[in-house]
Amino acid sequence: MKTTAFNKIHKSLGAKMVEFAGYEMPIEYSGIKDEHMTVREGVGVFDVSHMGEIWVKGPKALDLVAMINSNDPRHLAPGQAQYSCMPNGKGGIVDDLLVYCYSSEKYLLVVNASNIEKDWNWIVQQNEEIGAELENASDSMSQLAIQGPRAIAVLQKLTDVNLSEIKFYTFTVDRFAGVDNVIISATGYTGAGGFELYFNNDTAEHVWYAIFDAGKELGIKPIGLAARDTLRLEMGYCLYGNDIDDTTSPIEAGLGWITKFNNGREFIDRELLTMQKNEGVTRRLRGFKLRGRGIPRHGYELVNAEDSVIGHVTSGTMSPVLNEGIGMGYVAKEYSAFGTEIFVKIRNKNIPAEIVKLPFI
Amino acid sequence: MNIPADLKYTEDHEWVRVEGDVAVVGITDFAQGELGDIVFVEIETEGEELDKGETFGTVEAVKTVSDLFMPVGGEVAEFNEALADDPELVNKDPYGEGWMIKIKVADAAELGELMDADAYKAMIEA
Repeated sequence: MKTTAFNKIHKSLGAKMVEFAGYEMPIEYSGIKDEHMTVREGVGVFDVSHMGEIWVKGPKALDLVAMINSNDPRHLAPGQAQYSCMPNGKGGIVDDLLVYCYSSEKYLLVVNASNIEKDWNWIVQQNEEIGAELENASDSMSQLAIQGPRAIAVLQKLTDVNLSEIKFYTFTVDRFAGVDNVIISATGYTGAGGFELYFNNDTAEHVWYAIFDAGKELGIKPIGLAARDTLRLEMGYCLYGNDIDDTTSPIEAGLGWITKFNNGREFIDRELLTMQKNEGVTRRLRGFKLRGRGIPRHGYELVNAEDSVIGHVTSGTMSPVLNEGIGMGYVAKEYSAFGTEIFVKIRNKNIPAEIVKLPFI
Repeated sequence: MNIPADLKYTEDHEWVRVEGDVAVVGITDFAQGELGDIVFVEIETEGEELDKGETFGTVEAVKTVSDLFMPVGGEVAEFNEALADDPELVNKDPYGEGWMIKIKVADAAELGELMDADAYKAMIEA
């Protein structure tokens, strides 16, 4: 099993450790609800160093990045980041990712830990006739997500960069906590605001302790993967492997907003996705709230009033903010309108639920 | 790890306190720690006669759900109504206020098949 540079710190803090995507990762420290509310109301720190980082460089960099992504990277200015997904040539999704633009000859792709090898092989294959320079830096880079309304106050103590000038989905590379070349990115997977920082493994422990020293008076806490999941689900953000995968299209998944057909850009699955966009799809990823007591979980059936299966739950949890069961799942198109009543089959009982707009909070 | 010496235990991480012909049942401190924040406990078998090993309810935590099994056979005579409003009692006080059901034991011999505290401790440390 792989470890991140923070492994010893997690264990010294008493984290419950589990295997995730081949890495030994902290799933929980003080408890999911406590960690969840800490991020919503204060500030929490996630070790997300298991994420993969792939550099695309050289004169052909933009050609490759534009070909493999559903979103259009051509209008990105240096210092901008973009959420995107990589279509798989069959209408499905290889992975969802962040594209960081340094220049038209230098991009950083940040991908899911569980897909690093698959993504790398896919990108190398697509690059055969394009010829960009590729480098997989996943094993040498650490990443922390510092999230919550107090994140900026904590991090501002550690850098001369004016963090309030880093707009959402932009980044800068500068000195942080005495370490040079830290990527400071106003991004995250919680909806609570904050930053994600990228730096080399050899400075990881130093950066961690600097952040926790700076955040002590603001009640900073370490946050595990379990709360990361409840936080992203309250926002309706997709999790690869649950809500999207090689069999789901970005159009079905509600990711039309990151699937750009403008300016005649050629990209993988353009024709197929154009057709889906124009003609419609037979199922849609939707959020739903339970009206009865229960917690929807991955794999549970969604049924109609006649008890016929209309879809399955892809993600579900108890929302710590709403104190209600919430979930997402693909439902047949005729049940996808907001306000539609559906039922979640929980241990042979049909619990009523309502299709709602995302985010949940 | 809190494992009271005066209780009996099952492989499913439940504890049993014998009070005459009644067995009080809950889940262990280890079990509540593994489950994490408990959101609700669902027990809809009150009054039913169930065999040892049958499901008497479920416990839903934020991240997982787990069935609850009869440690011994008998009638589910009572369930802890306080858990309806306050399921976190199972996290806070698993051996006290977080108790789940009382069973009217059908066959006292089944109580003898349960583990003592030392055996349970050995099992979870294995």
